Amino acid sequence: MSAGTNKIAVTVSDVVPVNEIVKRFRFVRSDGGSLPTFSGGAHTVVEMQDGEITRLNPYSLMSDPMDQSAYTISVRRDDEGRGGSLFMHQKVKPGDEMVVSYPVNLFALDLRARKNLMIAGGIGITPFLAQIKQLSAMNGRFELHYACRSSALASYADELTRDHPQNVQIYFDDAKQVIDLENLLDGQPLGTHIYVCGPKGMIDWVRGKAADLGWPREAIHYEEFLAPQSGKPFEVKLSVSNKIIKVGEHQSLLEAIEAAGVDAPYLCRGGACGQCETSVIGYDGKFLHRDHWLDDEEKASGEKIMPCVSRFEGKTLVLDR
Amino acid sequence: MTIQFNDETFRDDYTFKNSQWAIDRFPFPFHEDSYMYSVNMEQHQGGPAGSVYEKRFDVDEHYVAEMKDRAMVLAEDPLRCQSLDHMTLAGWDLLELIMVSKSEDYPDLFELHRDGNNWHWINRPMGIEQKFSFMDETTLPYGPMEYITRQTQGDFAVLDQRDDNLWMDAGMVTTQADWSLDFDIGMNFFEWHAPVPKAHEMGIFVRALKFLLNIQQGAPARRLNWTMTVNPLLDTSPENYHKWGVQKTTLTSDNVGEKQFLRVELQTFFRLPRSNALVFPIRCYLIALEDVVSVPKWGRRLHRVLRDVPVELATYKGFIDNRPMIVDYLSEYDDGLPTSDGIWPDKDTEPPFQA
Repeated sequence: MSAGTNKIAVTVSDVVPVNEIVKRFRFVRSDGGSLPTFSGGAHTVVEMQDGEITRLNPYSLMSDPMDQSAYTISVRRDDEGRGGSLFMHQKVKPGDEMVVSYPVNLFALDLRARKNLMIAGGIGITPFLAQIKQLSAMNGRFELHYACRSSALASYADELTRDHPQNVQIYFDDAKQVIDLENLLDGQPLGTHIYVCGPKGMIDWVRGKAADLGWPREAIHYEEFLAPQSGKPFEVKLSVSNKIIKVGEHQSLLEAIEAAGVDAPYLCRGGACGQCETSVIGYDGKFLHRDHWLDDEEKASGEKIMPCVSRFEGKTLVLDR
Repeated sequence: MTIQFNDETFRDDYTFKNSQWAIDRFPFPFHEDSYMYSVNMEQHQGGPAGSVYEKRFDVDEHYVAEMKDRAMVLAEDPLRCQSLDHMTLAGWDLLELIMVSKSEDYPDLFELHRDGNNWHWINRPMGIEQKFSFMDETTLPYGPMEYITRQTQGDFAVLDQRDDNLWMDAGMVTTQADWSLDFDIGMNFFEWHAPVPKAHEMGIFVRALKFLLNIQQGAPARRLNWTMTVNPLLDTSPENYHKWGVQKTTLTSDNVGEKQFLRVELQTFFRLPRSNALVFPIRCYLIALEDVVSVPKWGRRLHRVLRDVPVELATYKGFIDNRPMIVDYLSEYDDGLPTSDGIWPDKDTEPPFQA
């Protein structure tokens, strides 16, 4: 049961360039019905039929969770990536039929929070757009600190500042503006929860600082989906299904398993949720672990791999799949 | 079919009775001649026509009487229904899930008309008609969870999901197998399961939690659980143990067939969309032993299961003292013939009892 999620046939109703590197896509249900509501922070996995290749990329839902007429996502173009974002930017047009998964939330608000302190970097703003809509409808308290490279690339910064002037602070890298994290965290009322979404450096920085200042672990929430990286091709034996598969240079191990017709579980496809964890039966070579699910000990043990983002270099790899 | 609702009681004179229809569709919980814990989850996406699995929220002939019994329990003990402050959104999620499901699955019994946030709900069996504003608590006579679960069979545990765990932060619990919402409120998954014997060592709860945390929107799951109850009593709560515990001593070899009930819980699990909470409806079905043995396969199997179940389990499920009497009675309906796999009655293919 891949992901344990059901899928929804949708039609692209709108494609809007947000700035030089970000495009927004709006999906409506192809059968004309209502889409399921969701909770702020949820993502959907978008299926892209790119010639022979099926690409499955997770994107945070940024539309109002209560709006059942459409889902919107924003995609940042990654010219160095494996092609999913380029496909979205270059190929997807209004009227196209696509398939998306039911919403899955791995970055939910803690509804007990007395205050929600949000820290976003770049395209990491998208889950907060939905969370802010949800909180605004419920009179929830929030404060957003959003770091962008420049005002030209600050997706949605104008709308956010306009709609929530008291609650939103934007920082521009090119103007040397930096979040004063220590003071920010120091001044928060009891019962505040921190949410951070952005580049790995930012997440580590916020988590590290919060830990140093004695914040409880349960009050820090973060989401970082890694994109699988390209690498040298390698061969894998799938022992349960008794198949030998080849993982291409620009293919992830999970994608290669799926391409061989083997049903493998997944949710986030970005090394975060743990759903695709796979046992290693034997190997001769070296693992390129890239997930943030397995701990260092598990990574060193050679007993587990997260096929959505991690790779292998060497002679043989046998998986329990 | 149109359901004929029974006029019956689950207390005092105990006039509860299953019709032949209810016996034939009873969710018999044993798929083989023995029982041990397992996570035994499957997708809750319908089931055979007429079975209790067919609809998202099964409505049967006991509906109206069960709701009357719930109202009586709540009048005596309002703490059977609790919802911590942060769970109100999940309550609306649950109200929507049930109203939408019931109006789609039983259009002759329930209607829901929605115009934006202006909702109009009609519950014909209970004679309720309510216009209200969705997400506005002031327009309903109770909070959203309490409102809808006063109109829906089964107990409801509404679980908040955070810190990779589930938290019992809201619920409506009046038909429970000896556990207390008031005691468990605010506990996490491992805390509220602490009293269960054996399962911890077996790693059952770690696996079950992992499964539950990953239940996604649009993909609900279900499982069965069971215990034994003397008299058709819905409210076997710790709060009222002084009233019902003593009834276990009234069992005799003459009345065991009519007084001893197999109690089965159809447990389902739904991800709630707006709150990301998980709702855990626990629907209780009761059947007298004399009705169980009217199905030859079930009579044979129940005898073998209860005879062989480990002492710890029989103790935990509360029938260890009466087990000899129960097994004695059931042995009269076990001719030693093999039984077919699976839970279904197989009345057309299984041989009748060989006297």
